[in-house]
Amino acid sequence: MKPINRAIEALKPSGIRKYFDLANSMEGVISLGVGEPDFDTPWHISASAVESFEEGRTHYTANRGLIALRRQIANYYRNRYGIDYDPESQILVTVGGSEAVDLCCRTLIEPGDEVIVLDPNYVAYEPAITMAGGVPVRIELTQAHDFKLLPEDLEAAICEKTKAIILNFPSNPTGGVMDRDDYARIVPIIRESGIYVISDEIYSELLFEGEFCSPANFEEIRDQVLVINGFSKAFAMTGWRLGYLLSNPALSAQLTKVHQFVIMSAPTAAQYAAIEALEHGMPDIAAMRREYEARRNLICARLNRMGLTTNVPKGTFYVFANITSSGLSSDEFCVRLLEEQRVAVVPGTAFGESGEGFVRISYATSMEHIKEACSRIGLFLESLRDM
Amino acid sequence: MGDMNRNVDARMHDAGVDANDLSILELLENDARLGARDLADILGGDEESVASSVRRMEDERIICGYHTVINYNKVLRDERIMAFIEVDVTPMKDRGYDHTAALLAKYPEIDSLYLITGDNDFVCLVQGRTMFEVCQFVADRIAVMENVRGTKTLFVLKQYKQSGVLTGAARASGGEGRLVVSY
Repeated sequence: MKPINRAIEALKPSGIRKYFDLANSMEGVISLGVGEPDFDTPWHISASAVESFEEGRTHYTANRGLIALRRQIANYYRNRYGIDYDPESQILVTVGGSEAVDLCCRTLIEPGDEVIVLDPNYVAYEPAITMAGGVPVRIELTQAHDFKLLPEDLEAAICEKTKAIILNFPSNPTGGVMDRDDYARIVPIIRESGIYVISDEIYSELLFEGEFCSPANFEEIRDQVLVINGFSKAFAMTGWRLGYLLSNPALSAQLTKVHQFVIMSAPTAAQYAAIEALEHGMPDIAAMRREYEARRNLICARLNRMGLTTNVPKGTFYVFANITSSGLSSDEFCVRLLEEQRVAVVPGTAFGESGEGFVRISYATSMEHIKEACSRIGLFLESLRDM
Repeated sequence: MGDMNRNVDARMHDAGVDANDLSILELLENDARLGARDLADILGGDEESVASSVRRMEDERIICGYHTVINYNKVLRDERIMAFIEVDVTPMKDRGYDHTAALLAKYPEIDSLYLITGDNDFVCLVQGRTMFEVCQFVADRIAVMENVRGTKTLFVLKQYKQSGVLTGAARASGGEGRLVVSY
């Protein structure tokens, strides 16, 4: 047989696949390793998809997505975040935020282009860049600066070849957030360099303190920003696979072209569900956010008492806990915690080299499980001290 | 820490409780197993002051008990029966419905009791071991009470949901299919 695409073959499978397989095969594991809400989709949202089936709405939609949904998305971004997007020419409904990431990379990157990613970062960005022929360049974020992007680091990373930067705030895995002042410091650099900003705002509704700010809030770089958002995290709709991509009209037309050939249109029933979500789902978001916040407070208080110093994250449902006091590497910590106490957390190194010394702890699970898991982590740390 | 109290500010008019108390109530209503340490971690206070708030609300009968939601579809299915009994009552001069309600409430067979709108005045949830036992209770104790004009008994065939928890055939939230670890 002829060789397959060497770039794909060279793509590293996720380094912690083995750990994931181990965790998924073990009995009695309490998981704080999950990257999706534990809530089921609110029933009124699911019911509107059922209704769409009953009414025979099982055909393709417009490539960009149902106009009714795009209007809802436009209203939502205007009313919630103060940013205007035209539903006819600037909004594209995608198969999850994941498709949107891929579309951005394919549409922007030419072979050899550099794309800046933050380290630690969500695992799908770098492969998407690589598959599009680009070269990921990492900027290391630190706990000392609350895992924010600093202007001096951005300035140092940008060169002739830089095409774009991928941002994700609130951040998976760190829970870090950039506020308006933080962005104000990097906006002039972005404007000056002319690079694109791919802003993955999938956790925008899971913010516990302060107001969400998007780079697209800054008029002077608006046209350079591609906003990715979706329904997975905010409305507990991960399995529906529905997201959207907001950008300037010229870019949006190009992105839509790729989407049209690769996807045709996002799942129709999911689009009807999403209309219902945006129309009537805001109270659901508030209730879930409140529950996440309660869990965050409990878990951070416990971890800090145990000596795992943790910045109380302002957003998402993750805590990025510093485990250096245990004397173990991230991988060792996770494997031993799993084997000795049956608690699954994700090593920080899964998200980049600067995740060493950290583990990502997800609190998208019940309070009962969180309490039990914290007790077990406590026992684990004691056993390390006794040795 | 945080603003776990923000949603309850509007309800501060309730006598004798502050925003923090209301947050405690909301948390305990969903999960009575949260201890003082848990509540303090969640609300960002110290353990002792949370414990004393809980004790005070217990003393004031704001917190009246801690119960467990049991799925009787799975255990003791043949030894437990539930019925809603609607009771039609003649209100008493000066005392309205409260006197009759107080007498009804004394029966341990009555689990819950509400004054309602509609054709009848009260609805009671009654627990018994058999249908016969429930009928006997209604006939011998309730129907014969002074002021009671009539009763209507509705037996429960199957329970699907109780106190916000699904107990019927539907699976509980977050079951099969969710990955143990994912990005």
